[in-house]
Amino acid sequence: MASLIDLANPTRFMRLSGLLLPWLAGAALLLLAVGFYLAWFVVPADYQQGETIRIMFVHVPAAWLALMFYTMMAVSALGTLVWRHPLADVAQKAAAPIGACFALICLLTGAFWGKPMWGTYWVWDARLTSVLVLLLIYLGIIALRRALDEPSRAGRPVAILTLVGFVNVPIIKFSVDWWNTLHQPASVFRAGGPTIHPSMLWPLLILATGFTLLALALHLVAMRAEIMRRRVRTLTILEAERLDRLALQGVLA
Amino acid sequence: MSDLGPHAGFILASYGAVFVVLGGLIAGILLDHRAQARALDALERRGAGRRSGRAAP
Repeated sequence: MASLIDLANPTRFMRLSGLLLPWLAGAALLLLAVGFYLAWFVVPADYQQGETIRIMFVHVPAAWLALMFYTMMAVSALGTLVWRHPLADVAQKAAAPIGACFALICLLTGAFWGKPMWGTYWVWDARLTSVLVLLLIYLGIIALRRALDEPSRAGRPVAILTLVGFVNVPIIKFSVDWWNTLHQPASVFRAGGPTIHPSMLWPLLILATGFTLLALALHLVAMRAEIMRRRVRTLTILEAERLDRLALQGVLA
Repeated sequence: MSDLGPHAGFILASYGAVFVVLGGLIAGILLDHRAQARALDALERRGAGRRSGRAAP
């Protein structure tokens, strides 16, 4: 079993992730296929929401993944700042666009659910607003990273911004408990167990697992691409230095 | 599921949004991975990074 220290070696990470990826992607596609079949053809219409319950099956996993990927980024930020883990910055950079996409999906699907159920696409409710802030933080982190193109210079400021932004994660989670919100309270991860009927809960959990495996597979591919990008950058610099030396030798000869 | 009812447009729009956003994300990541792999391969074929400076056999 490879330890985190072993995985810190980019070469070993490339080899292990290459072995893991087909299984991860295959399991994700299988679970998504089963989950969508159940969500569309087996789950009955809700007695209050009617057929719009189908939106929940993509909205809820997207919300969970938006929070999960930010938490992963915060752990990676600690890895960068505290342990100087070689792959922590790579993991953080690769996670940001994935988390941002799930936050965007969460907001869009929530708006499409909100219009028929609440009569409006958007309200400045604590849960909705804090998720919008999460998306803006994601975009801010991506923008800061792009503004500082050299990886060694970008890692620390991005890690600090990520940790500062992490305060928003518990605010999102508990916003429905702390404030009187239009958004409903937690119905799956709550004290006393889920309040969703098993006929809807199981398809939701299958889809959430499928989306999670898909997101992790994408994260591994993005990390592999980032490792290669840094290797390309290093080799390009080395080659330029070598050509400079050769040119200089030619001049001196 | 036979009929999505009066809110079919909102349901289909939600799944459409998921398809577009996730499809774009997947395509972007895979294309970037392929581009980096090709760039790295081209550099290694030129012998970049080798002490000898000779191209890979």
